[in-house]
Formats: sequence, structure tokens, C-alpha cells
Amino acid sequence: MAIKVDIKKKHKGFCLRVSFESSNGMLGILGASGSGKSMTLKCIAGLENPDGGHISIDGRVLFDSDKKINLRPQERAVGYMFQNYALFPHMNVYRNLRCAIKPDKKESINSRIDSLLREFSLMGMSKRLPSQLSGGQQQRVALARLFASNPKCLLLDEPFSALDSHLRERFQVEMKERLGDFGADVIMVTHDRDEAYKMCESLLVLEEGRPVAFGATKDIFSKPETVAAARITGCKNIVPIVKLNSHKVKVPDWGMELELKQEVSEKHTHIGIRAHDFHGVSQSGLNTVSVNNGEIMEGPFEWNVLFETTQETGGESKVYLWWKIAKTGDALQMPQYLCVNPEDVQLLKE
Amino acid sequence: MDSQAIWISLRTALCSIAITFFLGLFAGHLVARARNEKLKLFWDGLLTLPMVLPPTVAGFFLLYLFGVKRPIGKFLLEFLGVRIVFTWYATVLAAVVISFPLMYRSARAAFEQVDVNLIYAARTLGMSEWAIFWKITMPLALPGVMSGGILSFARGIGEFGATAMIAGNIIGVTRTLPLAVYSAVAGGHMEDAYRYVLILAGIAFLAIIGMNAVLIKRRR
Repeated sequence: MAIKVDIKKKHKGFCLRVSFESSNGMLGILGASGSGKSMTLKCIAGLENPDGGHISIDGRVLFDSDKKINLRPQERAVGYMFQNYALFPHMNVYRNLRCAIKPDKKESINSRIDSLLREFSLMGMSKRLPSQLSGGQQQRVALARLFASNPKCLLLDEPFSALDSHLRERFQVEMKERLGDFGADVIMVTHDRDEAYKMCESLLVLEEGRPVAFGATKDIFSKPETVAAARITGCKNIVPIVKLNSHKVKVPDWGMELELKQEVSEKHTHIGIRAHDFHGVSQSGLNTVSVNNGEIMEGPFEWNVLFETTQETGGESKVYLWWKIAKTGDALQMPQYLCVNPEDVQLLKE
Repeated sequence: MDSQAIWISLRTALCSIAITFFLGLFAGHLVARARNEKLKLFWDGLLTLPMVLPPTVAGFFLLYLFGVKRPIGKFLLEFLGVRIVFTWYATVLAAVVISFPLMYRSARAAFEQVDVNLIYAARTLGMSEWAIFWKITMPLALPGVMSGGILSFARGIGEFGATAMIAGNIIGVTRTLPLAVYSAVAGGHMEDAYRYVLILAGIAFLAIIGMNAVLIKRRR
């Protein structure tokens, strides 16, 4: 079970160039809007034609520009779930499912639909139109319809974006269970890093049509190697550095020196520190930076503080430092210094 | 009063809408789904032209193409033994050409407002293009297509300029209601003209009512 993708396509002012190979499980494609994630899915499904390259699933070639192979979407056996589910609005649930089932002698269409309705908790809904269903029910119909067409792999395009946020987490759990039973490859596109972390074992990060990180999700979040990967995984503090020695760098934007656990090489141009990895201290010491006049934003469960820092080089653009601390019930005590542990400093490449 | 005119008009309009409906549907679907933007512009321009041209000019072009000494007209006469100009066929031809753009544009707009993701979804689910057209695209575009059909029917029944050019004004053969109105007024038979006008206005009004009924149904 593997999806191999290596394609390029010119699209609206940028060139999409992605290549990856997914093994079993759920692969997430994470990127901002317009980064080419949906276009990648559409190319796999055959809804858009790449300018060149190769796409195969389990060795079955779907597209190959050299061998002039380009299967029609109907022949690809790739299930595609659209952001708004694309249920046929004039057909009831039964007829929506009916459209996806190819006549099969062994099993009658009605019994197949019945078992799908049962499996997706849609009993008694078969006569309803999509507009008469809740968002969650619509999603289940869309998923049932995908399964009805016996796909070899599933592509999910922002599957939770149409749901209310309080429903989202529940449906993420539900979807993960259902797809776990499915067993084949699933690729999910999202711009939400929490969703990507929760749902996907491996991750491809796209920026302006180029992959900037690819690997196990946990590794990408704990050790992003590039500036782009750090930014998209939610690292708030990314600043340029000057190397001092193998474990020490200077941070001109914050006017401080930092000791790190990782070994600094010439390739490293930035460091990233997550906002919650800073902690307040009252005295200057190792890896501390003096802060004052923080702009405080209160979240439901944490404090966010934005400090303006004094740039050593005297540059004109303002530089900031983000600090996040969990609420403990008391009012926030503003520290004089912030400190970071050497192992929490991530070295990044441009 | 020339009651034949009513009969000729109805026959012409029914025949021409049968042809225009399917031609317009076909052309509208092709252009709506075309991907090449430049080709799309070209075809749209060409197919809309009869609506923008003065009907007499459109009729002039038709005369130019279908005249018995012209390539198409000559071919039809010599090989099929069919004469178009100044026969009843010419009234149908004129009505088809003039009413076609209305049908084509309505169909095109109706097809374009069908969410392309629905078509995409149908494809990935394995539905054939034929099944997609009849089960997804057509039902969703139907209100727009129907109102286009009604509009072109009404336009076909009211066709005057191109008909006069290519079919003439032969009593009992090519004199349709609009031509009968003209002839009645020109000959000073105002009583007849009133009757023709009343019939034509009634048909036009019914067409508008019918079209609105279809469009209101869509909004529900």
C-alpha cells in the first residue's frame, strides 16, 4: 500500500512541484490557503491534469507523462471528499449513495445501501435531502458515499472546515476510528495544525507549491528543521542568529546570547522557540533576556504576552517576543527576565 | 381575418422550439464546460451574434447562404430536392436562428451555475459522463433551461424581420402572425390587426407568466 506522487503543475502564478511517497496510514498535507494542497489532491484524483510527472497507487499507474498514461477520474478508484461534501442537493440520501454503487451480481444494491446506512448511523435518513441533514450527518453521508464506490485510497479536502468548532473534535475522533477500519491510504488536506497533529501519522508541509517538510508528524512538530516548517507548526518566535561557537549563538533581534543543546552548523540561519518554552525569572542568568512593557492578551486558559525587544543593530522594523503561560488562577506576575532551556531552542535552516 | 396565420405561426414556433431547445442545450453545455477561455469567447460571440444583429441583417445572411443559387441552397435543392427560401421551411429556419441565442445563453448560464464540485464528485464516484449529465447537471440546471426554452418560444413566435427576408409574406404559406399584423395595417384593415395583436400579446404574456412560475419554483 503506497501512493507515489511526483508532479509539477503551473497554476495561478506559482509552480506546484510536489513529490512524496506515503506508506500505510493517514498522510496530512498541511499548508496555508493557496499553497497548492487542494490542487495536489485534484491531480491525484484526476480532476486536474499535472503538466508532467507520475502518480501511482500500489504500483497501479494513474498518471505518467512519459508513458502517456492518464486514467479518467472514473477509472482511478480514488475517493475524494470535498470541503462542502458535494452531496447532490436534489437527491435524497438513498439516491446519493445509489449513484456511487456499481451494479454487482453478488449483492443487491438495496442491501448494500442498508448496510452502509447502518454502518454510518444513518438509519431512517434515507428519504431525507442533504439540506434536511445536520452538518455532521452530511459528513457521514459523504463518507458513506465514498465507501460505496469501493475506493483504493481516500482523499479528504479540509473535511472538518464546514463543521461548527464544538462539533469538530468529536467528528475528528469518529472519523479517525472509521478510517482506521478502512485500512487503505488516506491523504488529508488541512490548514489547521492541531487537526493535522491529531489525525495524521505523517505530514507533508507545503509552502507556495513546494514541500518544506516531510516526515512523521511528531518529529516535524518537535524538531522542525526549516523556518517554514517551524512557522506552520505554530512556532511563534523565529529570529535570525549569528554563530558564536558550536553550541552558542547570538540573537541580534533580542540583544542576547543563547546556549543550545544542538550543535550549530553553518547551514543554520535562524532559531525557533515556542512561546510556552519561555519562563519568567527574576534574575539575569543563562539564556535570559530582559523584558518590559508586555502587551497582554488573555486567552481562556493561558496568558499571551507580546514584548517589544530592543534590537542591537538598531534596525527600523520592530521585533517581538511571544510568551505564553498557562493560567494558574492568580493574576499574571510580569517577570523582569525570560529564560529558555538550551534543549528548547530549535536550530532552523532558511 | 386570415386564420391560417395563427396556424402557420403555431406550427413554426413549435417546430423551431423543438430544434432550438436541443441545439441551444447542446451548445450551452459545450461552451459552459469548455476550458480554453479564448475559444470560449469566440464561440460565445458567434453563437450570440443573431441576437445582436438586426433581424433583417440575419435574414440577409440566411438568404445569402440558402438562396437557390448559393452553395447550401443549391446543394439542398439538387441532392435532396428541398427548397428553403420562400417556403414554410424558411419561417422555421428564421425562427430557429433568431431564437437560438436566447436558448443557448440561458442554458449556458444554467449549466455554469451548477457547482463544478458536484460534477467532480460524480466523476470520482465512477459515474459515466452520460449519467452525470442526465442525473446531476440537467436536473440542477432545469429551471434555467426551461425558462430559456419559454423565452425562445416566445421570441420564435414573434419573429418578423428575418422571416420577411427569407420566407417572404405569402398568404397561407409563410405569412405568420407578425407578418399578418404588418400586412393588415399596411392594407388598412385595422379590425384584423387588433385581433392579431391581441393573440400575440396574449401569447407573450402567458410566456412571461410561465417563465416566472418556473423561476419561482427554483428558488424554493
